[in-house]
Amino acid sequence: MQAAHQPSNPVTIKPPDTMPESTVIPDAGTDVKLSATNLNFYYGSFQALQEISMTIYANRVTAFIGPSGCGKSTFLRTLNRMNQTVRHSRVEGEILLDGQDIFAVDVTSLRRRVGMVFQRSNPFPKSIFDNVAYGLRINGMAGSRANLAELVERSLHRAALWDEVKDKMNQSAYGLSGGQQQRLCIARALAVDPEVLLLDEPCSALDPIATAKIEDLIFQLKSSCTIVIVTHSMQQAARVADFTGFFLLGKLIEFDQTSVIFKTPAKKQTEDYITGRFG
Amino acid sequence: MTAANPGTNFDSLLFRRKAVNIVMLSLTGFCTLIAAGTLVYILGYLFIHGASSLSWNFFTKLPTPVGETGGGMANAIVGSAKLLLLATMVGVPIGFLGGVYLAEFGGNKFAFIVRYVTDLLNGVPSIVIGIFAYTLIVLPQRHFSALAGGLALGVMMIPIAIRSTEEFLRSVPLSLREGSMALGASKAKSIWTVVIPAAKNGIMTGIMLNVARVAGETAPLLFTSFSNRYWSEGLSQPTAALPVMIFTYAIAPYEDWHQQAWAAGFVLLTLVLAINVIARFILSRNKHIAR
Amino acid sequence: MAAPPTVTAAGPREITPGPASSFWTRMRGGDEFAYAITFASACAVLAITALLVLELYMNSGPSRAKFGWNFLFTQTWDPVADQYGALPFIYGTLVTSAVALIFGVPLGVGAAIFLAELAPPKISDGLTFLIELLAAVPSVIYGLLGIFVLVPILKQLEPAIRAVFGWTHLFTGPFYGVSLFSAGIVLSVMIVPFIISISREVIMAVPSDQREAALALGATKWESTWDIVVPFAFKGIMGSVFLALARSLGETMAVTMVVGNDPKIKASLFAPGYSIAAVIANEFTEATGQMYTSALIELALVLFALTVVINGMARVLVAAGDRGVKK
Repeated sequence: MQAAHQPSNPVTIKPPDTMPESTVIPDAGTDVKLSATNLNFYYGSFQALQEISMTIYANRVTAFIGPSGCGKSTFLRTLNRMNQTVRHSRVEGEILLDGQDIFAVDVTSLRRRVGMVFQRSNPFPKSIFDNVAYGLRINGMAGSRANLAELVERSLHRAALWDEVKDKMNQSAYGLSGGQQQRLCIARALAVDPEVLLLDEPCSALDPIATAKIEDLIFQLKSSCTIVIVTHSMQQAARVADFTGFFLLGKLIEFDQTSVIFKTPAKKQTEDYITGRFG
Repeated sequence: MTAANPGTNFDSLLFRRKAVNIVMLSLTGFCTLIAAGTLVYILGYLFIHGASSLSWNFFTKLPTPVGETGGGMANAIVGSAKLLLLATMVGVPIGFLGGVYLAEFGGNKFAFIVRYVTDLLNGVPSIVIGIFAYTLIVLPQRHFSALAGGLALGVMMIPIAIRSTEEFLRSVPLSLREGSMALGASKAKSIWTVVIPAAKNGIMTGIMLNVARVAGETAPLLFTSFSNRYWSEGLSQPTAALPVMIFTYAIAPYEDWHQQAWAAGFVLLTLVLAINVIARFILSRNKHIAR
Repeated sequence: MAAPPTVTAAGPREITPGPASSFWTRMRGGDEFAYAITFASACAVLAITALLVLELYMNSGPSRAKFGWNFLFTQTWDPVADQYGALPFIYGTLVTSAVALIFGVPLGVGAAIFLAELAPPKISDGLTFLIELLAAVPSVIYGLLGIFVLVPILKQLEPAIRAVFGWTHLFTGPFYGVSLFSAGIVLSVMIVPFIISISREVIMAVPSDQREAALALGATKWESTWDIVVPFAFKGIMGSVFLALARSLGETMAVTMVVGNDPKIKASLFAPGYSIAAVIANEFTEATGQMYTSALIELALVLFALTVVINGMARVLVAAGDRGVKK
């Protein structure tokens, strides 16, 4: 999609230097991990999502941006069917994971494959070890005690938290700082080896240093996992994401490589949002 | 290192987990059914056995000697009313004013002690309160009386009256109080003319529920107002009360008395539940209006 | 008559409240009067409670002097010989309450889980309303149903009960219908509404992000509830159990009517027994002699102390449960 015009407002958001310019252009070789087709979502009689169609590519980072209430979090939560916990909600349309209809498979096995990290860190009132071990235990992945300990350690390494907590594995998770708790939640989600990791504004409650740590984490996890991140910060999307989708009032306005969205958006609404005409 | 991926066992484990899920959740629903069903059963049983024994005699006649039919519980009905009136006169003023104190002047150490003692008094078994009234009034006077019974019930009403008054007064928004005082009204005037009327629904229903609760109390009356097979005059005589009659008739060996116990039980339960339902109905509507 | 405020060289005269206002001005303002009567009422509560403890203590004097602490450990209850011991009643009170908890807690917590986690809000509210009405049913009504409904049913179920629970060796000996077990069952029905009401609220107050975290890991609804939500609400649930225990310790009428009224300690739940509240209710008006009466009043003192302690623990737990959830 070529841009029809350059951003005309003198106040432009300069794309940061660390933007992934050299993103692999999707071709026949890049796998499609998740795809949504004509997805509609209703809370009671209110339609929160309208005709969303998009593709999420394997081992890439896809970001959803847009103003508050635009439906980006709602759409994220349809990907692991978390929205069905809301009463009087209804879904229409199709979502495929590796070609399989996610509404046809068992929801507990879906959620093991598609993990989620929430906006506010929500560790269980258990020890750090038990927090990470919980998903392994209920999914029957624990094995022997030694095996479980190894898997927990591996998860904490992947979440870049091991060094900070290795001496206090039996202490309560509530003793950690906000940023550490969020990385613990990431470790907890990673423990069951998900193929997709959904991040719902994971850094919104964190300071810049903790945010930077998590963004580094996202870079490293990308190779073993497909990442979908909802963020209210355009700069964050520009920093970490290969692909970006812009949501507005329940519709997906534009979806493309991040460089395209930020430098040469095709739709005027995208351009208006990027340049800060509305928030 | 073994892979973290679930093996072929996953499906059978998943089946077991889902089975446990359904079984346990069904069990909890079953528990709920038992709990809710018990009330329906109690009501139904009392209705069937009690309503049929109700008669005009029941409400108008005095108890008759054993063996004679046609007796009733008129004196117990009046006696209960007398005791409840007395209890309300004792319990509500102290409880209401105490609740006003905690809500409007509380916040200090003294208020903390008062709350603690109120909770303590609330937890005292009713029979112990009966003993208290016995030692205080029956012992010195050397006879049972409505006064002692009414006092016992009144003491039981105090803690609940305090707590509910305090709760409903506290729920009146600060802006109402401040608005009144900003117009020049003293604190007392604000409380009397603005805050209490705003909470009046809650306080009234609180009193209703309180009365309903002590209306069914038997233990504290056993050795204070005792019982009476005739009308009782004034406050210084032993007085019949509905719950005590139920108890006495139920444990007696006479079938006719059992019938009367069912009838009395039905009347008592209906009254108590009716008051409860009405009070809660008023409260729930109140919530909507208050928005 | 006060002079109207005038503007002097020093500025308009100020209106200051102060010791100059008379007693009657303050009375009409009402603040001090309001404070006085409400304060007096609060003091009255303290006075009444203190008086209660005092009366219990003083009137149990003769019995306490004669038996000392042994009162709590003696089995004899012999009005004829004026020998009194509290042990059979303490035993009966504790056993009936234990049976009540064993049956009431799983039932209550199970129902609370259903009402808090599974039932749609309107149904949950409706059923909870019904269940809370159970708490309003007078004790004597439970006793009435106990005598005429529960006891016959239990007598019919006697073989089944022996078959199912026989391994505990607690259901031996003859069964006449009235027994510690029957009283325990009636008590369990009476305490269930309290457990449900409080536990349901505490469970509903658990932050939803805890449930979401569990579900997102692939937990089933039951796993999320049992592994995460209920432990989170544990302190509050425990508080409700202690509250229920405190109530069942003091329950009088329902117990009196079905417990069998036998002041002996036997190892079987099928045996008739007695509780502190029940013996006071049954024997107080027939107690002749000062020692008899003071022994019964001493029992009341024991019951008072027991319920104060348990209630205190309950309140601590419920408060701690509230704090934990608001974290």
